[in-house]
Amino acid sequence: MSEELVRLKIDDIDVRVPKGTKVVDAAKQAGIDIPVFCHHPKIESVGMCRMCLVEIGTPKRDRSTGEKLLDEGGQPQIEFWPKLETSCTTPVSEGMVVKVSSEKAIEGRKQILEFLLTSHPLDCPICDKGGECSLQDLVMEHGSGESRFLLEDKKHQDKHVQLGDLIVLDRERCIQCARCIRFQKEVAGDPVLAFAERGRNIEIVTFSDPGFNSYFSGNTTDICPVGALTTVDFRFGARSWEMDATASICTHCPVGCNLMLNTRREARANGRQVIKRVMPRQNEQVNEIWICDKGRFAHHFATSEERLTKPLVRIDGKLIETSWKKALEHAAEGLKAAGEGVVGLASGRVSNEDLFNFHTLLKSVGGRAILSDSQAGGELVQQVGVGKGTDLGALGAGDAILVIASDLHEEAPIWWQRVMGAAKRGATLVVANARKTRLDDYAGHVVRYRYQEAARTGLGLLQAITGAKDLSKFASDEPLKSAAKALTEAENLVIFCGVEGLTYAESKSLSDVCAAILVETKNVGRAQNGLIAVWPKNNTQGAWDMGLRPAEGDLEKAFADAKAVYIMAVDPVGDDPSLAESLEGDRFLVVQELFMTPTAELADVVLPAQSFVEREGTFTSGERRVQRFYPAVKALGETKADWRIITSLAASLGIELEDSSAAAVFLQIAEETEAYAEINYQSLAEFEEQWPPVGEEDLYYGGTTFKNRQGLGVQVAPAAEQDQSLKIQWSAPPEFKGKKGYLLVPVVELYNRGATVMPSENLHPRLASPVLWMSLKDAKSIGVIQGAQVELLLDGRTEELQAIAEEGIPEGVVLLGRGLGVPIAEPQYVEVRLKA
Amino acid sequence: MSLMGILRGLWAALLSMFELLRGLWTTFRSMFETPVTYQYPEVKRPVRERFKGRHVLKRYDNGLERCIGCALCAAACPADAIFVEAAENTDEERYSPGERYASTYQINLMRCIFCGYCEDACPTEAIVLEHQYELSFTSRRDAIYTKELLIVPVPEGGKPTPQNVPVGMFNRAIPEMKDPA
Repeated sequence: MSEELVRLKIDDIDVRVPKGTKVVDAAKQAGIDIPVFCHHPKIESVGMCRMCLVEIGTPKRDRSTGEKLLDEGGQPQIEFWPKLETSCTTPVSEGMVVKVSSEKAIEGRKQILEFLLTSHPLDCPICDKGGECSLQDLVMEHGSGESRFLLEDKKHQDKHVQLGDLIVLDRERCIQCARCIRFQKEVAGDPVLAFAERGRNIEIVTFSDPGFNSYFSGNTTDICPVGALTTVDFRFGARSWEMDATASICTHCPVGCNLMLNTRREARANGRQVIKRVMPRQNEQVNEIWICDKGRFAHHFATSEERLTKPLVRIDGKLIETSWKKALEHAAEGLKAAGEGVVGLASGRVSNEDLFNFHTLLKSVGGRAILSDSQAGGELVQQVGVGKGTDLGALGAGDAILVIASDLHEEAPIWWQRVMGAAKRGATLVVANARKTRLDDYAGHVVRYRYQEAARTGLGLLQAITGAKDLSKFASDEPLKSAAKALTEAENLVIFCGVEGLTYAESKSLSDVCAAILVETKNVGRAQNGLIAVWPKNNTQGAWDMGLRPAEGDLEKAFADAKAVYIMAVDPVGDDPSLAESLEGDRFLVVQELFMTPTAELADVVLPAQSFVEREGTFTSGERRVQRFYPAVKALGETKADWRIITSLAASLGIELEDSSAAAVFLQIAEETEAYAEINYQSLAEFEEQWPPVGEEDLYYGGTTFKNRQGLGVQVAPAAEQDQSLKIQWSAPPEFKGKKGYLLVPVVELYNRGATVMPSENLHPRLASPVLWMSLKDAKSIGVIQGAQVELLLDGRTEELQAIAEEGIPEGVVLLGRGLGVPIAEPQYVEVRLKA
Repeated sequence: MSLMGILRGLWAALLSMFELLRGLWTTFRSMFETPVTYQYPEVKRPVRERFKGRHVLKRYDNGLERCIGCALCAAACPADAIFVEAAENTDEERYSPGERYASTYQINLMRCIFCGYCEDACPTEAIVLEHQYELSFTSRRDAIYTKELLIVPVPEGGKPTPQNVPVGMFNRAIPEMKDPA
């Protein structure tokens, strides 16, 4: 990219920055601090707080000729503007001279601070922001030591305003910078905050129902320059200087947001180290400086008291606490007796090290390692995944993004936010789904298909792109053709492939088609191009990379054929109670878990594992970035890291696995996995300076997001970078089978009622309800009035649910959130009737 | 032995006799002085007004706790002897007039060096080093003084905490002090 550079002088330092840069950002790039409150490098400037006042001068010009006037020394004469200017709204211009530390500018800023303090309460001793507050810092640095204002004249406003279920507002502390309002509008895409009233009565209000209804609300507390916005999770929890910080990676979705866990020892927790708050850690290529509210607030499962703390063994039909030695011996006996009939089932919730050891163990005993996440396409991501160096934040005009069969807003909020950002910057967004999703609002092309026809639609797109004759039976209609044209014309193309409403076979077909589209349009093997699978778990891609494969939709048969089953970090019975039958009986069952799940209750041996905050390891994100997380708190009870449990179990079986450290296991991964060959724990911990600067002395500039000094991770290159001659064989989707009744489609809700969300009580008011969504027409034909109770007949069971009709849902389909207490494995036909 | 030697010996004996008598005189004289010793522990010597003894946590006249759980005392403590955990007040369960109160307050008196920095840091004059100096412990755990041990009794006319107060009676984050300067 060639950018026109502009030369200017700030405090006698020559600065060259791209045209259009604001003076305040130019100064920051030159290492000169201009204090700000309302300006934020990620948000459009408005010049509200007036804190960034500087003296600005431009070269004098001859009015008749337009020539620059020179002084006696041959230097251009500078005409200073009569008043102090806000440097956040003034773009740089050639030859500009800026005085940041002139007496006039310093005096100006001092007076603005005095003005701001006229109404700011002296809450610093108890304010959650105390110690990391922009106002506190800047008053110490630039303010006057004394106030000329009478304390009695201070404006008193509401101290505890529950803005939403998660955010509390202190109206008195607010300095009206509008960062939160602008963040919600520009960055989060949820404009739910605004100013009300005028003058000294001005206040922040929310006009959504429920209040502050946004998945990104927690970020406003990071960029709030004062303590006006606080979270319910951390409110009065600790002072900022009392906590330790440990780098981690979010485990709630495949985005892999970089986190910082703030911990401290607490008397309340009997002297244990507890996680006080979860903060974002900057990684401009992954989550920038934001995280979603699930990542911020749903961390309590990791340190929950409900967790398993001791190994359990079934004696006389009851699970009894025992020692590790006995539990492992018992488990090894059972697995040994099963010989090659061992089936292992693991989910993508655990780390690469765990999954590698799991796979190696099962390979050694001649068993089969199954990945529980029922979505295909992992090997396609290995081939045509996004190229090394991909940054969704750099996609813009001329680029295209296809999101198919996924509701990104619920499944991976930060991807949704970044895709929305790319669309706003001019990228063509094509959203293909059977129902209306929130991304439709930003889409250039919306493709609607019927559930079960996602792969067909993909093939239609492929046909429109290639014009291939063998695809003619999938020939597409006009909207599909124009979408295909947009995808073909794009310079860069990223495809997000989801699994909403798909069976495993359909998912396989759809991911093949997505890969084929990328290959046909030659959008593979380069940065900013490729396939991203919207996985159900944070490390599903890592599980594929470690060699695990899904059961291809027939888990029941796999269990039935097995003599012993070893289950790690997944609850198949909880997800599908019909599987309980196939796990009962003579089958020897070992379950390695955090909680006493319905599956663990059936087990012969239960092994307590550690959560991600107690141990180290690596996760591979959906963009195939391998990232490292670190131990933040002491392990609960006798729990052990998953990889270490597997190593001990293997030792009891006479198989030697790495037992020294997670780093050593990763060295083995690097040896055996070609794509990971160049990676080790050192390279994962490397970092570089990122823009904007955050988390340093100048907190007022970027907010309290932590600076990344613990590693940006390494993005793995897809095979297509070496081999451009790749061919993808598309497969026809399974024939469409129309059946009687309504098609029940499980959809993803961000705040589900799963085991990793429920222990976080702050989120309870926001949890999704088990509600059956249906189209208005179907509601009418069933006779449903909004909110009526209906009966759902599935798998011979009857579930009672509330029904809600909404626009944008296709006819003949009912939607139900996953993990809300009604287990549904795959889309299926059900009967729906009004409750008598 | 020469004459000089004998004379020198006599002189020395005379001198030591004089020293002995002087010492006896001091002893004799002190028999008529008032004694400076106290019959501790039956009798206790009063300490100076600004003596820094064991800390107490003060209350307002109405019984509410002065401490607002800000942990500035813990931040100021050079010996890291203070540990504070805070929680939020509600009108149904109010401990302090502010928004926040100390749900846990501990001072490890074995670590404490009685410098008084905590007193200086306190924005509500809640923690005061008073005149209690009889501090001996038989175990390390006993040296940790909890909030229950540190807080003063409820003054006459006041109510114990937590108090149930009318809504809106206390609406400041930090109670307003008489003299904020």
